Amino acid sequence: MSILRTLHKISITAAALTLLGGCDTVVMSPSGDIAAQQASLIVWATVLMLIVVVPVIVLTLLFAWRYRSTNKDATYAPDWDHSTNLELVIWAAPLAIIIALGALTWVSTHQLDPYRPLDRISEGQPIPEGVEPLIVEVVAMDWKWLFFYPEQGIAVVNQLAAPVDRPIKFKITSTTMMNSFYIPALAGQIYAMGGMETQLHAVINEVGSYDGFSANYSGAGFNGMRFKFLGMSESNFEHWVTKVKSDGDDLSRSTYKELEKPSEYNPVQYYSSVAPALYDAILNRCVDPGSICMKDLMSHQHSAKNAAEKSNVQSETHHAH
Amino acid sequence: MSEQFELSKLIFGRLSWESIPLHDPIILGTFIMVLLGGGAIVGALTYYKVWSYLWREWITSIDHKRIGVMYMILGIVMLLRGFADAIMMRIHQAMAFGDATGYLPPHHYDQIFTAHGVIMIFFVAMPFVVGLMNYIVPLQIGARDVAFPFLNNLSFWMTAAGAALVMASLFIGEFAKSGWLAYPPLTGILQSPGVGVDYYIWSLQIAGVGTLLSGINFVVTIVKMRAPGMNMMKMPVFVWTALCTNILIVAAFPVLTAVMTLLSLDRYLGMNFFTNDLGGNAMMYVNLIWIWGHPEVYILILPIFGVFSEIVSTYSGKRLFGYSSMVYATLVITILSYLVWLHHFFTMGSGATVNSFFGITTMIISIPTGAKIFNWLFTMYRGRIKFDVPMLWTIGFMITFVIGGMTGVLLAVPPADFVLHNSLFLIAHFHNVIIGGVVFGTFAAITYWYPKVTGYKLDPFWGKASFWCWFIGFYLAFMPLYMLGFMGVTRRMSHFDDPSLQIWFQIALGGAVLIGLGIACFLIQLYVSYKKRDSLRDETGDPWDGRTLEWSTSSPPPKYNFAFTPKVYDNDAWWHMKANGFVRPTSDFLAIHMPKNTAAGIVVAGISTVFGFAMIWHMWLLAGLSFTSLIVTIIIHTFNYKRDYYIPVEEVARTEAQRTEVLA
Repeated sequence: MSILRTLHKISITAAALTLLGGCDTVVMSPSGDIAAQQASLIVWATVLMLIVVVPVIVLTLLFAWRYRSTNKDATYAPDWDHSTNLELVIWAAPLAIIIALGALTWVSTHQLDPYRPLDRISEGQPIPEGVEPLIVEVVAMDWKWLFFYPEQGIAVVNQLAAPVDRPIKFKITSTTMMNSFYIPALAGQIYAMGGMETQLHAVINEVGSYDGFSANYSGAGFNGMRFKFLGMSESNFEHWVTKVKSDGDDLSRSTYKELEKPSEYNPVQYYSSVAPALYDAILNRCVDPGSICMKDLMSHQHSAKNAAEKSNVQSETHHAH
Repeated sequence: MSEQFELSKLIFGRLSWESIPLHDPIILGTFIMVLLGGGAIVGALTYYKVWSYLWREWITSIDHKRIGVMYMILGIVMLLRGFADAIMMRIHQAMAFGDATGYLPPHHYDQIFTAHGVIMIFFVAMPFVVGLMNYIVPLQIGARDVAFPFLNNLSFWMTAAGAALVMASLFIGEFAKSGWLAYPPLTGILQSPGVGVDYYIWSLQIAGVGTLLSGINFVVTIVKMRAPGMNMMKMPVFVWTALCTNILIVAAFPVLTAVMTLLSLDRYLGMNFFTNDLGGNAMMYVNLIWIWGHPEVYILILPIFGVFSEIVSTYSGKRLFGYSSMVYATLVITILSYLVWLHHFFTMGSGATVNSFFGITTMIISIPTGAKIFNWLFTMYRGRIKFDVPMLWTIGFMITFVIGGMTGVLLAVPPADFVLHNSLFLIAHFHNVIIGGVVFGTFAAITYWYPKVTGYKLDPFWGKASFWCWFIGFYLAFMPLYMLGFMGVTRRMSHFDDPSLQIWFQIALGGAVLIGLGIACFLIQLYVSYKKRDSLRDETGDPWDGRTLEWSTSSPPPKYNFAFTPKVYDNDAWWHMKANGFVRPTSDFLAIHMPKNTAAGIVVAGISTVFGFAMIWHMWLLAGLSFTSLIVTIIIHTFNYKRDYYIPVEEVARTEAQRTEVLA
């Protein structure tokens, strides 16, 4: 039964290689605090599970070897099929692990909820007072990424920059397809969907150029939906903004309609100024002149209902939504 | 002129000569191969005059054993197609780096990964699992057939019809370029105006009818047709898992039918269930498809758990450890499998509380699953384990499956899923459980029950060769994918920029080649065993010293399975009978009431295929005609009153006397 031993060796080597190799990757050693917490969660969860998994693998091989039919020294108990104590262990051991892992899941899921504003920049480093998050509005298009910087009044295609150690708040939507906004070095992904907005809060802690892409297949040009995410010092970020402002064109609604047409492997493109409320119009699917925005459509329905019921001007409050 | 044009549109819809991909050398080559191969098979069948035998004994057969075998053959044929897709993807991804674009154009590559997923789940794994249940369940419960034998035949042919449509899409038009679950809005009419998504919809709709009917059939069979004495807690574990799986089928497949219908309404009638505009929402589709899709995973794996329970107990020469704990674990999994669907899209922006809930329910499933693994482990403990090929697959499964289970639980932790979702880590995970579970289990089951079906064992040398190729091939092919997942490589990519990734894809290709050798060894094994059938023959009907009722009858079993319905006193019924000096009855036989063959199944499925094809291509005239004739055929079939016959007592006596002679 040397076969089984070889098999054991192979599996251990494979596991070791995977673990060792895994440490060096972008997911396991990222450059943003959120992704770093997610990586350490992976390690903890794996360690917890190995408490059961390793004994099971070892016992499988051990029992297979020990109770092989040619080994007449081993006890043979053909009718032994029940042991209450053993059953208790069998159910209790995985249960205990899952209770621990469940608690970890509950806490970490709330802690790392992408909608939750950050409360630290990195371990032991709270957000300095007065620092507001940088807001980036992300639009997944066919098949490129458009990033709006409302504070700076600029927009960029297929390039994203942010200062290190400043929290970033992403608001994410899509023009048509369902995509997933993912920068592994920064934080976990979240879907980008038409007519809906998702959010992601994250922070980058190291200067560098990182890969960003769509992680959800979205049709013909999906492969080219990649961009560089640049983590920059505060001053370099300002330079970058200035550069966008000086090199870029104006993103008017008509330029946007051109941009919206499906295209693949788009180069980086800068826009020095942006038509007012363009992101909001994209989100509410009313860029075309004359089209009704989804939010207004909804409040029209609400107000019609309210008017019938109460006939007052309550509809105004629904616009806040 | 314009009228003529309208007429041809009415007849041919969107179909034209341009729909045949003559310009693509890969598809054209395949097409020619299929034509030649198909022609050779048809020619051979005609030359050896086996058509009428096939028609009488197989195609129109309502015998659960024949139907079970046909399901397995369908599964094997489609496995070859699904594997061809897999190796094409692996070769392409190992090539397409930097300036090299690979050999597949993106639109072809995108069809291949979609077809691979659809085929492997619906037309390989499902036929395998349903085929096993078909053959084994009635035998294990001491029944002569399933509750609704005609429906069983219809179910098979509807499944085959779905497979035929998928195969047709290769040569006529195209298949969906959407991924195996066809998420809108990508699959909406605006983004995918072609026939690909329609092929997807109609092949799943037609095959889905078959699966649903088969689910109803087996629930009724198991609940109503067990041998006297076999109460629920004396059913073999495989029957238990089959019962739970079929309950899942009955509850889950209508959801698939409904969601496909809604998508069809969007595509055909311009409705807006899943569109971005006018109140539609694609998230509803994603929820619905996974409300079917997650139970589907358990539909596949539960019967395989049953298979391993049978095998581990037989080859350890020991009663299954913790029978009732095994049954409760199965039931818990059945119920929980409905409460976890959202873990497939934690990244869609549900709140932290919702995500935690679904993450934790998912983890809870690992408790009964873990209990099952321990139960198999303690069945081996103090056993006398014989390392026949099925037992090798079982040990390979136990080791591989716990690794897959572990990565699965990891993905159930929402923040961990945020970084691993849609990555090759996810791909590695589900192949880890589907290959390590369903595929290993199917090969174990085929090797285990093959002597029951044919009367001779499978050649162990080629079986072992196949096992080691699959086992090592699996690790080579998928461990690199786990790694690539950690490197942030996402799924469904047709080209890569980073050259440092290439080596991992090349290793994975090596693994896929090894898996291909595993499949080849399996086919060689079938051939070699047939050649050596005389030396591998088993006359006893019980080659492994089995424990359950299927081993009490001859191999292959007579049409009626059991001359007398057995009486059951123990959950290892046959083991108990052997231990208590069971004597096979040799006289006082009675005539046996049996269902009669019918062509209605293949006719209904054939017309359904035509209807599906017509709907796909917008051939409204043909669609109307075929739908009408479908209804008419079903009505006519209800007037067929010649549905049963009696096997005369002399024939029963003769068959049983022959067996007495063989056994003596």
